[in-house]
Amino acid sequence: MKPAPFEYYAPTSIPEALDRLDQLGYDGKVLAGGQSLIPAMNFRMARPAALVDLNNVPELFYIIPAPQGGYLIGTMTRDVSVETHPEISKKYHALNQAFHTWAHPQIRNRGTYGGALAHADPAGQLPGVSLALEFRMKITGKATGERWVDAKDFFVGPFTTVIEPSEMLTEVYMPDLGPRTGTSYQQVARTHGSQFQVAVAVKLVLDANERCQKANIAMLAVGEQPILAEQAARLLAGQALSDQNIEAAARLVATKEIDPGTDIHATAEYRRHATEVLVRRALNDAKADAKQRGG
Amino acid sequence: MSGEYKINVKVNGKNYERMVEPRLLLSDFIRHEIGLTGTHVGCEHGVCGTCTVLFDGLPSRSCLIFAVQAHRHEVVTVEGLGSIEQLHPLQKAFQEKHALQCGYCTPGFLMTLVPFVEKHSHPSDEEIREAIGGNLCRCTGYENIVEAVKLASAMMHTSKE
Repeated sequence: MKPAPFEYYAPTSIPEALDRLDQLGYDGKVLAGGQSLIPAMNFRMARPAALVDLNNVPELFYIIPAPQGGYLIGTMTRDVSVETHPEISKKYHALNQAFHTWAHPQIRNRGTYGGALAHADPAGQLPGVSLALEFRMKITGKATGERWVDAKDFFVGPFTTVIEPSEMLTEVYMPDLGPRTGTSYQQVARTHGSQFQVAVAVKLVLDANERCQKANIAMLAVGEQPILAEQAARLLAGQALSDQNIEAAARLVATKEIDPGTDIHATAEYRRHATEVLVRRALNDAKADAKQRGG
Repeated sequence: MSGEYKINVKVNGKNYERMVEPRLLLSDFIRHEIGLTGTHVGCEHGVCGTCTVLFDGLPSRSCLIFAVQAHRHEVVTVEGLGSIEQLHPLQKAFQEKHALQCGYCTPGFLMTLVPFVEKHSHPSDEEIREAIGGNLCRCTGYENIVEAVKLASAMMHTSKE
């Protein structure tokens, strides 16, 4: 349970980090909080030739209100800083719920917001929340410059994103929720803080008549990457959020829009059942959140 | 740039300078390089919480930090918490409430709980259980640990008032 040898670099600025990543190419791996990478290295499931440690780059740690609303979050911002931010925890109900299930306090003290996204664990909370809440990611490279990628285009497979080896995630944009908008995060896990078997993150926008204007339903751990349930979103658009319509949407997600697997923790059949229950709960909870937040 | 790095780490208020390989875990540095064996090692992949130390004041798993990353940072281990003559309120409360049997997990529980009991004067069972959610105990069970946290919180805050 000890990592294999690697070269270690500790840049102190973004340009220095990008230079190093550019020079290392496929041999380089960014070390952010290390709460997923270091266990993988301890198991020797990951054996990067070189680590570029971003913990000494002060310009990557920040939470600032964005000019267009919402927040800009530096990639190295510790999870605990976002979790305990007085405004963020109030506004983003789903994120607040997710944090209570998110590993353990010791992990959140060290783990980073950008790291949780770039790691792209198919059973990670934040990738799902980012999809439902329409985060945007700023990816930076020495040769490629800066580019912004929407969450829905960011994840391309298990533990895989569009970040190239010589690039890194530098900033996360978390948009404002806008009026009559509610969110929710729901999951089932065997014990508190352990890996979940199914989870869902929802953002719901209501129109002036409290009908569904837009529903983002992100499913987790029932496919190779976070999945947006688009058929259910179409079914709900323009409709009243009655028990009957919510039930129909939840059933549609569970039967048509996911591809769950069977493992020692849960069967595919169980995951479909849990999906239906969780989507129903999340839509009802997001509806209540939208009404409570008002507009 | 493989080879060894010279690092300077403050542990329990004292500076230690050592040469380390980048792959050396902070948990192994604490135990093998500076000989403080109060920090225990359980799973070495961030699940059991036994190796928890305060890293710049925040409970963190020392098996998920490289020693080289602790250069110019401050670590507090269970040895920095109290002494035999003067136990920390948490240690006293664990003793009083029988919150340990074999004691292997105890240093991790204590270091996890230091900021928690400083912050909370009357924590609920739920808050306590969430706080210790990242620490495994395989013999005592958690009831007495929860009781000990309540007692420690009360002790910390009455002594201040």
